[in-house]
Amino acid sequence: MSDASSIRTPGGNIDPTTLRPSTTGSNGHEEVLRLDKITKSYNIGKPTEVEVLHGLNMRLERHDFAALIGPSGSGKSTLLNIIGLLDTPTSGELYLMGQPTSVMDDAQRTAIRGSAIGFVFQFHHLIQAFTALENVLMPVMVARGKPDRETRERGMALLAQVGLDGHAHKQPSELSGGQQQRVAIARALMTRPALLLADEPTGNLDSKTAGGIFDLFRQFNAEFGCAVLIVTHDPRLSDTCDRVINLVDGQIVSED
Amino acid sequence: MWIESTIALKFMRQGLTQTILILVGIAVGVSVIVFITTLVTGLQENIIERTLGTQAHIRVQPADEINAFAPSAPGTISLTLEDKRAQRLRSINNWQQVMDALETLPEIRAVSPVVSGPGFARRGDVIKSITLVGMEPERYEKIIPISQDIVQGAFKVGAGDAVIGQQLADDLGIRVGNRMRIETGAGRGTVVTIAGIFELGVRELDSRYVYLDMKQTQSLVGLFGAVTVIDVAVNDLFDAENISKRLAKLTSLKSESWMKTNAQLMNALSSQTLSTSIINFFVALSVAFGIASVLAISVTQRTREIGILRAMGTTQQQMLRVFLIQGALLGMAGSAAGSFVGSAMVWAFNVFGPKLFYIPLRTDLIPIVMFAATLTGTLAAMVPAWRASKLDPVVAIRYV
Repeated sequence: MSDASSIRTPGGNIDPTTLRPSTTGSNGHEEVLRLDKITKSYNIGKPTEVEVLHGLNMRLERHDFAALIGPSGSGKSTLLNIIGLLDTPTSGELYLMGQPTSVMDDAQRTAIRGSAIGFVFQFHHLIQAFTALENVLMPVMVARGKPDRETRERGMALLAQVGLDGHAHKQPSELSGGQQQRVAIARALMTRPALLLADEPTGNLDSKTAGGIFDLFRQFNAEFGCAVLIVTHDPRLSDTCDRVINLVDGQIVSED
Repeated sequence: MWIESTIALKFMRQGLTQTILILVGIAVGVSVIVFITTLVTGLQENIIERTLGTQAHIRVQPADEINAFAPSAPGTISLTLEDKRAQRLRSINNWQQVMDALETLPEIRAVSPVVSGPGFARRGDVIKSITLVGMEPERYEKIIPISQDIVQGAFKVGAGDAVIGQQLADDLGIRVGNRMRIETGAGRGTVVTIAGIFELGVRELDSRYVYLDMKQTQSLVGLFGAVTVIDVAVNDLFDAENISKRLAKLTSLKSESWMKTNAQLMNALSSQTLSTSIINFFVALSVAFGIASVLAISVTQRTREIGILRAMGTTQQQMLRVFLIQGALLGMAGSAAGSFVGSAMVWAFNVFGPKLFYIPLRTDLIPIVMFAATLTGTLAAMVPAWRASKLDPVVAIRYV
């Protein structure tokens, strides 16, 4: 689609498919995401105005594997939506691959969302009318139209990696919850995103299946080097992450 | 467009029951439109054909004779009591030149000079009032194809031959080959042999018209070398009134089109056309609302999926197109089925109906109807499609 083919930023036109982590030094640290004093308020200008995020600063690098934890209402989902460009911060700047995102319009944000960010939601969220393979291919089909053979093979390979190569042509309704979530993970990785965001990806799965899903995230993090940020309630899962970002009342209280 | 069409088709196939129900709804609406439009235009063409089967498109006659008034001195007020003049049977002055002039006009298809006057037909004790029509058969047939309506004998005039209507033949007990006496007011008369009998289906004409040779008629009505009417056939039926007005100006003669002569019929036809259009409009409107409501429900049902698609990089325009395509496809497929059903209804009307008329199928209507339905479907999809494209992905994904 022409509207997604290039992105206009103050730095000139850039192709979203080339958006890759920017190297910030010779030590191999490549910045994927940086939050600079991000705030988010609702009902602005009304008596009920409330600020849910209070000037957050955060950085994610390539190969990072981080958990975002915090009690209900702490602003985890809001923050994830902002990082995923589904929502906009009230103030502050969000840098993706070193690019400031506040200057982008909706088409540009949509294009980045499709190419540089992979989403895994709590409720697997497959498109019911399409087969497992078509769901995996969807981000590419949406951006570039009919998939070529190479793309289809990549989709099949991803399905094989999540252990579902035998289920490629099944409808989502024919798959179990854990299988659907694995299809969703394969889909999130289809565009080789620099950043993988997961919102309670194991929230409605039993602990054994949840462990398997988590292992997949680990595996892809190691294999593709994409930064992973997982929102979770489950301390057993967050304990296995390299970094744990604890969000309480819209503020990062600890990071280790 | 590939991904939009694919998603649109998959969505429609997934909600197959909904899709089929709305397709049936569209098809019913379109079939009504096709059937009514075909029926009404067919009927109208039939009626016009029948009306014009017995009359010329335009009749050019001598201008009415009017009283001339001596001009009164300026400043005088004159009160006039006028007795209108009786209109004598008169010839068109220089009718040859008038005819030649008319024949050169491109919008005129045929011209036929006619001499016509009143008379009586007599056989034995029976006397019937008749209208003598003297003409040249070759020219006249281009205006009114009498030969098609001959029930006995042939359309042949001249050398004492005459052609009369079925009703007059019945009244006088005449068959082809019989003789009949014709008298006119001036005491002139002649005996003619009946060469043919026609039945136009209009009682007035079938009981009164007597076709004769032109020369013979001229001598019977006492207007030698005269022509009282020039009958004109035009290429475009519905332009007759305009052409007639121009002819009147051009020739300074009285010119009357069939549309003016049949003003009531024209009025009835145009009201019928109007009511058909109104019916079609409201049927189309209800079809449009049907499509809009089905798609609106579909958008609501798929809120979450729309949210995911948006999160995966589907643009607002792509989302808009997904639903516009659905509307267009519904309109196109529904109208294809509806055109078929409507045509089948016309066929059934011809075979099982009252059989008063034959209604020709309007295949030319089908592409028009399908295009209009596709457009209507697309327009009807606007509001739901716009809503889908404007869904906030954050809200949509959490929608249960």
